[in-house]
Amino acid sequence: MSFSWTRVGAIFVKELRDYRRNRSVIGTMAATPVLFILLPTIQLIAANVTGKELSVRVGLSLLYMLVIPVMMPSVVSAYSVVGEREQGTLEPVLTTPIRREEFLIGKALAAFVPTLVIAYAVFGIFLAIAGLFAHPAIASAIYAGTHVLVQLVFTPLLAGWAIWVGIGVSARSTDVRVAQQLSILGSTPPLVIVALISLNVITVSTALALGLAAALLAIDLLAWRVVAAMFDRERLVTGRPR
Amino acid sequence: MNGDSVVYQGLDETGTARAGQAPRAVSAAIEVSHLTKVFGGRTAVSDVSFSVAGGEIFGFLGPNGAGKTTTVRMLGTLIAPSSGMAIVAGIPLSAKNGPVIRSRISVMPESPGLYLRLTVVENLQCFAGLYELDDVRGRIARALRAVNLDDRAGDLCGSLSKGLRQRVALARALLNDPAVLFLDEPTSGLDPVATREVHELIGSLRKRGVTIFLTTHRLEEAERLCDRVAILSTTLRLVGRPDALRKQLFRRSLDVRLRAPLDDPKAVLGPLPGVQGWERTPSGYTLTVSDPDFAAPALARALVAADGDILSIAESHHSLEDVYLELIDEDVEAKSR
Repeated sequence: MSFSWTRVGAIFVKELRDYRRNRSVIGTMAATPVLFILLPTIQLIAANVTGKELSVRVGLSLLYMLVIPVMMPSVVSAYSVVGEREQGTLEPVLTTPIRREEFLIGKALAAFVPTLVIAYAVFGIFLAIAGLFAHPAIASAIYAGTHVLVQLVFTPLLAGWAIWVGIGVSARSTDVRVAQQLSILGSTPPLVIVALISLNVITVSTALALGLAAALLAIDLLAWRVVAAMFDRERLVTGRPR
Repeated sequence: MNGDSVVYQGLDETGTARAGQAPRAVSAAIEVSHLTKVFGGRTAVSDVSFSVAGGEIFGFLGPNGAGKTTTVRMLGTLIAPSSGMAIVAGIPLSAKNGPVIRSRISVMPESPGLYLRLTVVENLQCFAGLYELDDVRGRIARALRAVNLDDRAGDLCGSLSKGLRQRVALARALLNDPAVLFLDEPTSGLDPVATREVHELIGSLRKRGVTIFLTTHRLEEAERLCDRVAILSTTLRLVGRPDALRKQLFRRSLDVRLRAPLDDPKAVLGPLPGVQGWERTPSGYTLTVSDPDFAAPALARALVAADGDILSIAESHHSLEDVYLELIDEDVEAKSR
């Protein structure tokens, strides 16, 4: 039996339906964008600065945006395996013909797609507000350089990393809360590099930004391989390694 | 490490018979040969062999921790045997064959494992997708009708009672028209009414020719539903039809109830033809006989001749519970020695 997108789709749709009625997920998905659009917007509109400080403020505001693709999928994906184990729903799913790759990709997409939609929507709203209401100097600072490119490219890559860390931790955890805490902790390292770029500590050209993005993509793919290898049906069902 | 590509020691990936084992045609729904599972240093299942015919309801009995669920998980390709081989739904149990085997079987674990925030029909749609089934709507409608839940399709599973959840889990297990259905303690924790409903559903599946592998520690359930039973206590103790097991384990006997004991029972019961022995009971005597139909008339005549006031003469009935307890007690004694 070969890889099946139908089975991936079944997991994906199930997850989205589950989110819809899960207050904690709805809360996370609703509160995070509100929080991360309010703070940078207020900070920028109220700003009356120029020069290096303006650059730092713009960078900081954009960094807030990049916390969304790290935080949101971390919480959701950390629940993905250990949550099903706690509910007793994992074993019935694993007794179907689903392959581990299909299960993991279904789970990952269910965290990735809403994250991407929300993160891009928040960024779009932020750009619109900046264009309409911020001082022209501030608006042009936001639109200038590699800021927009960094946001567009690094959002999915950071989300990818956070998701694989979350699922990996989830596959080896026995407690949802511990998994979520460890997942958030493990998801943040790549954010440091992005922070350095956003705050102009590292000045990057477009080519270097794309190069760093390619490196993060390679890390994401490696993380997927590692997580797939960690997904052991026997351990998940019995709690014991083979 | 590979979640699907587990390595089964002692199993041939292609299902080819090993040296010393004669090749044979596959006709049984399940064939298990010398299956063993060791967790760390603890043996959960040891050297278990049996076969289950197509359309049969096969009961798998044993006390808690006997290895029933472990056996189901091995046959359901969830965990890898440490050694031994098996054929499930015509497919040799192997790493490579896991997804194909799982597409032909259904496993209903002890806990229903439903998504409580999803409706009944959403739960079933998810599993229809996982089995890549066609005519999803029709199949779900048929499965719900089979468990009498068509009117609850839109209810959230979290709002259903335990009995109804069990029925949804059974509907889920029927979606893919499995060749073999594994039911792990399907009535565990259910009240008598819900238990009866599950029994009726299993009875209706029998009529549809579904092979059912039923693990339970409810002996009356096994006796009522199963064509054959196996009694497991890490190793397989007995396999057979419940009545055959009774005959195998207990000698046939007649229970005699009298108003008052006989004055000289040895003189009355001793010379009777077909009577191999007798013992006193609180209400009369139990006679071990080779053929109750032959011995009973002679016994009645002898008792009347001896002025015995007969209240009843009946063949002793040993339940499956007697068989089970006899075996498990033997096991406990053997372990304590």
